[in-house]
Amino acid sequence: MPFGWKKNEPQDSRGIEPHHPKIMTHWTRKDLLGLRELSVDEITLVLDTADAFKQVGTREVKKVPALQGKTLINLFIEPSTRTRTSFELAAKRLSADIVNISASASSLTKGETLKDTARVLEANHADIIVLRHSSAGAPQFLASRIGASVINAGDGAHEHPTQGLLDSYTIREKKGSIAGLHVAILGDILFSRVARSNIFALLKLGARVTLVGPSTLVPRAFEQLGVTVSHELEEVLPTADVVNLLRIQHERQRKEYFPGLGEYIRLFGLTKERAKLLKPDCLIMHPGPINRGVEIDSELADGERSVILDQVTNGLAVRMAVLYLCGGVN
Amino acid sequence: MKQKKPNENSAVRIFDADTLGRTLRRIAHEITERNHDLGSLILAGIPARGVELAQRLATEIRTIKKVPVATGVIDVSMHRDDLGRRGSLPVVRASQLPLPLEGKTVVMVDDVIFTGRTCRAALDAIRSFGRPDCIQLAVLIDRGHRELPIRPDFVGKNLPTAQGERVRVKLKETNNEADAVWLEKE
Repeated sequence: MPFGWKKNEPQDSRGIEPHHPKIMTHWTRKDLLGLRELSVDEITLVLDTADAFKQVGTREVKKVPALQGKTLINLFIEPSTRTRTSFELAAKRLSADIVNISASASSLTKGETLKDTARVLEANHADIIVLRHSSAGAPQFLASRIGASVINAGDGAHEHPTQGLLDSYTIREKKGSIAGLHVAILGDILFSRVARSNIFALLKLGARVTLVGPSTLVPRAFEQLGVTVSHELEEVLPTADVVNLLRIQHERQRKEYFPGLGEYIRLFGLTKERAKLLKPDCLIMHPGPINRGVEIDSELADGERSVILDQVTNGLAVRMAVLYLCGGVN
Repeated sequence: MKQKKPNENSAVRIFDADTLGRTLRRIAHEITERNHDLGSLILAGIPARGVELAQRLATEIRTIKKVPVATGVIDVSMHRDDLGRRGSLPVVRASQLPLPLEGKTVVMVDDVIFTGRTCRAALDAIRSFGRPDCIQLAVLIDRGHRELPIRPDFVGKNLPTAQGERVRVKLKETNNEADAVWLEKE
């Protein structure tokens, strides 16, 4: 085997990796608004494209000219560091020009509407707008009104498609495939756009999904999506192949939904004791930022089964893929 | 996506399986004549058919010189300068090159050279991995109409074509049919 080849990939008898296209679809969307409307083939195409872009990060020159000359605007009406930084790095690695606009710095605080802000950005020849907004449906609203590509970077409690894609990517990368896996999503599901995007992607890719948490945050109504709902963490852990922990979103909590941190930790925190129930190869995931000692014990977050930092690295590759696909169509 | 099978009436067969095999053998000989240190040689194919051709050239060189030759894959889609100008977005795949490239000779392998833009993108892609001592280009068919100052070092056949004609290279591994090269009329 020549030096530098990846070792654990399938090879044919001559020792070369198969190079046949697995992908049978072409990307035709200018926007990425959510995962609910994507087909299995489209999701697979993004994940396969992300494979190629992940490898760019290992090169001597970590930059490719794919989006040279395109302008990307990070329009973050709701504060975010991780997602914004990830999109910014992704855009830079694709050689796009990028401008960051945060809520406090935008004219929205001066009373301008979202539509007018976007039209001004478009008049400045923006090609791609990455939008984070506290209202569900804001990206959809924009996408239908402007010609630029709109990428949803999280809208209210609706969807966070790139997070859903990077979680699926990470599971596929670590487990080989997603079909047949049992994925437990734990925590604050009701307010979580991450949970929704994960549910849509995972079900389409053939996983079994169980939502776990207190009944106020994980209502039975979620079963309509095709998932199982449980309020008993210890019953779910032994069969899980993946545990995806969601952050308790203090900023969105109201008192009646969430009695107290102590009680939450006692019933639903992933503690060292509870982790003993997990399969030895179970993946522990968390979209971040982590509340150490709340959703998860510090030791587990840094432990062998944790893929939390892989999620960050993969997020960059997945966002490069999404920008490349949507930006290339437009 | 399955490509349309050439219609015998409007297509001319340029190579059959036998000629294609002999042509590759000749190119393999030329590569070994030009490059004495086969240990520092990398045959890097451009997807999809260049990858298979690079493998076959490596096999030929191994037969001729009894030494193994390193192979690789250069994916050019993220280095293209015509993104959004072509019908559909090229599917991106990961490049695989044995690293480091310093001190190596990379022979880029493709089935057909036309405008030269794929080759330019491949040069950029290689540069992003490092700085090989030398880069050469081997193609099965040179059909002319270059838009850039790029010239292959090893050519299977120079084939004069009209701009609108298409050259189709069929390989049993990638197309699941007998090896052949066809020239399709407009």
